[in-house]
Amino acid sequence: MTTTTLLPVEEKKKIREQEALITGAEAIAHACKLANVDVITAYPIRPYDTVMQYISQLVADGEMDCEFIVAEGEHSQFEIVKHASVCGARTFCGSSGVGWMYAMECLTVSPALRVPLVCMVGNRALDDPGAFGVEHNDALAVRDLGWLLNWVDSGQEALDTALISYRVAEDRRMFVPTAISCDGAFLTHSQSLVKIPSAEQVKEFLPRYNRGDLLLHPDNVISIAPQANEDWVMEIRRQNYAVTERAQDVIREVYTDFERIFGRKYGNPFFEEYMTEDADVVLLGMGTMSTSARVAVRKLREQGKKVGFVRLRWFRPFAGKEIAKCLERFKAIGVIDRDFSFGSPDLSGVVATEVRSAMYSNANSRPPVLGFICGLGGREVTVPDLEEMTEKVFQAAKGTSQPLTQWIGLRG
Amino acid sequence: MGQLLAVEIIYRGVFQKTLAKNITRGIVLAAHNEGKLGVSFGRYGDAPERNGIPAKGFAIVASDEQTLEAGMAQYEPKAVDVSVVLDDTLSKGAESWAWYGLRPVNGSLKPGRTLIVVSQQEVSDLLKLIHRRPEPYKLGILKGITSFSGMWVYKDDHTDVRVLGAIAKALPELVSLKSIEQYISDKLKDPLKVTSAHNAFDRFTASEVKPNQGNPEELPHHELLHWQDMRLGVSIKGQPQGGPFKDPVTKELGGFRPARNELFKKYSTRTARPVINFSTCTKCTLCWLNCPDGSFDVTPDGTYDINLESCSGCGICEAVCPVKNCINMVHESQFDNNDSQWVSFRKDKTAYLKNLEKTIKTAEPIAERSQGFRYRGQYKEQVPAALEVARKA
Repeated sequence: MTTTTLLPVEEKKKIREQEALITGAEAIAHACKLANVDVITAYPIRPYDTVMQYISQLVADGEMDCEFIVAEGEHSQFEIVKHASVCGARTFCGSSGVGWMYAMECLTVSPALRVPLVCMVGNRALDDPGAFGVEHNDALAVRDLGWLLNWVDSGQEALDTALISYRVAEDRRMFVPTAISCDGAFLTHSQSLVKIPSAEQVKEFLPRYNRGDLLLHPDNVISIAPQANEDWVMEIRRQNYAVTERAQDVIREVYTDFERIFGRKYGNPFFEEYMTEDADVVLLGMGTMSTSARVAVRKLREQGKKVGFVRLRWFRPFAGKEIAKCLERFKAIGVIDRDFSFGSPDLSGVVATEVRSAMYSNANSRPPVLGFICGLGGREVTVPDLEEMTEKVFQAAKGTSQPLTQWIGLRG
Repeated sequence: MGQLLAVEIIYRGVFQKTLAKNITRGIVLAAHNEGKLGVSFGRYGDAPERNGIPAKGFAIVASDEQTLEAGMAQYEPKAVDVSVVLDDTLSKGAESWAWYGLRPVNGSLKPGRTLIVVSQQEVSDLLKLIHRRPEPYKLGILKGITSFSGMWVYKDDHTDVRVLGAIAKALPELVSLKSIEQYISDKLKDPLKVTSAHNAFDRFTASEVKPNQGNPEELPHHELLHWQDMRLGVSIKGQPQGGPFKDPVTKELGGFRPARNELFKKYSTRTARPVINFSTCTKCTLCWLNCPDGSFDVTPDGTYDINLESCSGCGICEAVCPVKNCINMVHESQFDNNDSQWVSFRKDKTAYLKNLEKTIKTAEPIAERSQGFRYRGQYKEQVPAALEVARKA
């Protein structure tokens, strides 16, 4: 610990932080530089790839020292970081849409191999049709495999969460891959003012990645991923289950330490509540829809309608108990999915299904949960959309029957 | 609960997969002629179908539907009424790709039941190899050339129907010869095959094996760990590097022997082994470099000795060796141990080389050894010879 850590938080911030007008992708590039990442693999696909353009610029300018490898496809991209990580390198990688899906074999094996990859997913609609706009189905494709998944809604949060993700993923109790989801265009390509912490602060927050006896090295001879039969597979899965059992405690611990060192407070790490204290109903969603949601909430409150917004930050682990505890007090809930889960119960999106499941086992009362499919393929989730959804949730609170899943902002 | 009977076929991956399947299907269809019900299945966990790897197929037959279901409620029968070994070199034990380690071929057999081995050897030869067990059982040899096919084309040499005939003799309550014959006439439509099955039935006999009679080798036991005790990251401790070892004559240390997994030996995959002439070896390193299993030891005198517990018998060393007759693949039936060839050579060169000359004579030329199908009509040409061996029995 350096002596300057003893300074009051406000004092430290003044000395060390720099403010810059940067995109969400650029914010994550800065996090990679600050985290002193060793191996980075790139392959172009919009919208995540701007992060690689910023990183390659940092490397070219001599500001960052790392192995910057341009792979011949996403599958190799993720294979390279997987292997580098096993050898003890801190890595960064990322993709979008079908690029992420092309890497699926590697994404699948990474959690069992206990490699703390940190990746950025620039959320993009899955082709076909070829589309560049945001949808969350790409990152959600790994939701059952042991990945940690979070969604951020600002450049600042992108930078901070990247640092937090390294700390969480590389915690010996975890050692699982983590993806930071950034809405395509709305976050990846939008510039906002971001406070960039100093290298010293990050050094204090982020210890060296130490793989211990899992390190693949001539001095530590191990064999990784041998063939196994039914005598072993279930025990290996149970080990990953143990990670999910302790994930929330580790994440909470890391956020507390983040606050101590950087002085920025995120409150509950798993979800953020906006004007929910006295709300009758709430909307819940992930990612950048929070901006128009906050505007809509304020507008509706001016009309005397007590509505709030809950933004889910960590989708995996899913803080089911806490979310149920938060939501059980409202008269009705509307979950906005920027994704689809065709054929699911009530034909809802992924988040609505998870929220209902969490409520069923954890909530003391079960208010109606409406599901809304909105903003697919990069379509905006507008303030009028949110007003319409809120109206429907109020109707549900009154007991008016309506479909459990509704498409909002759809022509026809 | 009615009557439930199970048959296990132990075969060599790829080379005998169709043969094994034909036998288990034949059992079920023939028994069905008697109004019984059954299922035939392969255990793919044991059979990733790599060349020569020991694998298993099963047939279970029941008197009624509920009894059959009771049999199907476990994936693999733990105790069987007949075990069939389709290649006698498997008598040394079967080690699958999984972590079970080497297992005896009579391990699943119920006491008093019959083990059938397709072989040209005698019972006394096979009992040197087949592991002893505390309960008595019967061992019968179905005389015949081991039937091997390639990946794609099946060699239809009557081994399937001959095994069916032997099974009807060994376990008449499973299926009668008449039902077998009816199945062959109805489904395979080949009168010659009916005769083959009938002859096999007539000629097959099984003799009593007493408790603890057989190969006294103790097989290693593998412990299954709890999840909390297993290493993370699907990783296992690697083998240490290995090092030099003693020359049996001079007692001096030299050479290099890599450390190898004590529980996973691979040799049960082998039907032939390399036999090395250390006196003509030029120390060119090619066998050592090309061996896909790292099975060669560098001896203190700089030649290369094959480790016969590790060798899977692929024959690559023979193919790359530039010296004529320095490495020859010889059929596994010629040997009953995995001892070091180099140690025997060092101890008595003359005796070793004399024995070598003898074994090399039994080695087939490489061109005739492939299991693959190389030209149309090839397998058909080989069938008369196979039937002749069976007839002489």
